[in-house]
Amino acid sequence: MPKQSPVPDEVSKPFWDACNQNKLVVQHCETCDRMQFPPESTCVKCESSSMGWKEVSGMGKIHGYCVMHDSRIRLLQADQPFNIAVIELQDDPDIKMFSHLPGTDADEVVIGSIVRVEFQDTEATGQKVPEWRVV
Amino acid sequence: MSVTQNAPASIYRTKEDLGVWEHRGKVAVVGIGHSPTFRRWDERLETSVGYLTIQAIQKALEDAGVKPEEVDGVVSSPKGMGEGWAPRPIPEDFANTYKPTDGDPNDGLDGASADWIVNNVPGLDNVSFTMHGPACISNALVVAAQAVGDGLAKTCLVVRGTGNIGGRYGQYGAAAADQASGASQWTNPWGWQLIPQIAFGFDQYCRKYGSNHDKMAPFILNQRRNGSMFPEGFYYQNRPEDLQITTEDYVSARWICKPMNLYDCDLPIQTAWAYLITTADRAKDMKQKPVYILNHCSQRGVVRSLVETLEETEAFTDSIAKKVYQGSGLTASELDICNPYDGFTLFTQYYLEGLKWHGVKRGEAHDFWAGDIRVEGPHPFSSSGGNNGNGRTRTWNQTDTMQQLQGRAGLRQVTIRAETGLAGAFTPGVSDWMVYGISPD
Ligand SMILES: [Zn+2]
Repeated sequence: MPKQSPVPDEVSKPFWDACNQNKLVVQHCETCDRMQFPPESTCVKCESSSMGWKEVSGMGKIHGYCVMHDSRIRLLQADQPFNIAVIELQDDPDIKMFSHLPGTDADEVVIGSIVRVEFQDTEATGQKVPEWRVV
Repeated sequence: MSVTQNAPASIYRTKEDLGVWEHRGKVAVVGIGHSPTFRRWDERLETSVGYLTIQAIQKALEDAGVKPEEVDGVVSSPKGMGEGWAPRPIPEDFANTYKPTDGDPNDGLDGASADWIVNNVPGLDNVSFTMHGPACISNALVVAAQAVGDGLAKTCLVVRGTGNIGGRYGQYGAAAADQASGASQWTNPWGWQLIPQIAFGFDQYCRKYGSNHDKMAPFILNQRRNGSMFPEGFYYQNRPEDLQITTEDYVSARWICKPMNLYDCDLPIQTAWAYLITTADRAKDMKQKPVYILNHCSQRGVVRSLVETLEETEAFTDSIAKKVYQGSGLTASELDICNPYDGFTLFTQYYLEGLKWHGVKRGEAHDFWAGDIRVEGPHPFSSSGGNNGNGRTRTWNQTDTMQQLQGRAGLRQVTIRAETGLAGAFTPGVSDWMVYGISPD
């Protein structure tokens, strides 16, 4: 599915660069040993600025979903209806990402299904983004 | 840019356990004014947001019996909920009639800043205090209540106007772009916005408590029934037939984002409204029965990751309820009028259950709605009809609560006791709340 290309900024660049190398990384606070996503310049919990990045397994679970029929986002409208699933990471279920669930028909989603990350090109800049497929 | 600043964070009572609000009963609402309502702007001067804003202010002042020269404060929620007009050329009669504010050609067209209001409302010559409560009239009401309590103003207007120009709502700017930057880099590629968040949360709720979307129907139909008794509302004035939907119409409407359908969404409109707030001492001498402010509080929830989980939504609304009751000194059984927010309808149950109004606990809202929630019945929940019954303003619940307490809600007047009331908006995570009473004590 065509998607908007994310524009990396100073804080998010390591995440998007890793995607371009087909790797999934999550920001990690070295002080309180906690993952944080989306990334920020400091830890939301302990305010530490010792923030690093950890590569994660790329496995997750479908936490929940909805089915978009009338999106405001122009680039997505041609593919309606489509799933928007909330994925929780195996490495830390508190960390959530989104997915259109390639390979799963709209509204044929089974909550709790195990999913694996893959990386998809976006048109405008070629920036890759994480997507998730049921295994 | 207008000169007026957004209220500082210190104005908002966001924390729990702050005790009873220090100005409880010392501040009151004394005037209500609504302009006429329209579906869209037809580019005439007389339907512009600026014109409607002036009308609403004049009505609120007239309602209170206060002259514009007596007003010393203006708190506005400076932008409405629709797309801006500029860079389209400003219609000539608008440009010739109103004094613009520096740097914002949309001021008066997609909302009205406090500066625009001071510039253009005849007789507002003695305003010494202006502040902005952005994004929601409930925010501006909170700001004005605290400001008047703190003595920053004695007689303060609280105002918002909202515009709706042509084109499909929300499908401009970042939504129409090929790239996503800032916070939207994490969401827009997948189409995650507020609608999916609310639809996803509602699906989680139904799974947790064994409910389903059809069980929203009694609430939606009752919101529309209440709207049919709200003369200030959009549907009452323009499309009364749209309020006559049946359960069948509701459950068969097209999905926007399943499980959210068309009738779970509120209709964007063009209108303006204003309230007048003053000290309890001054309120006694004004035309209407004062509606005393017993508390204000706010929710500024922080989520753990990208989404607001159901657990977080429930924790946020628990916190809202705690702050509502702690700051007002009321208990759930002492709260008569309950007007939480309904735009989108699929989050209203969280507020009702958090507040435990009429004993409703987590997971019970949908069954409660299947009972008698009519205004003339024993459980007149959301007596305003909300945005769903009146159009997108986020203000009907405030106006209705005030009118119920004053005994001038007309056909919507509840038959149960109406001595205290609650209204607020917007989301479980980010919202502002007002508690009112007929007595300052
Ligand atoms: Zn930390």
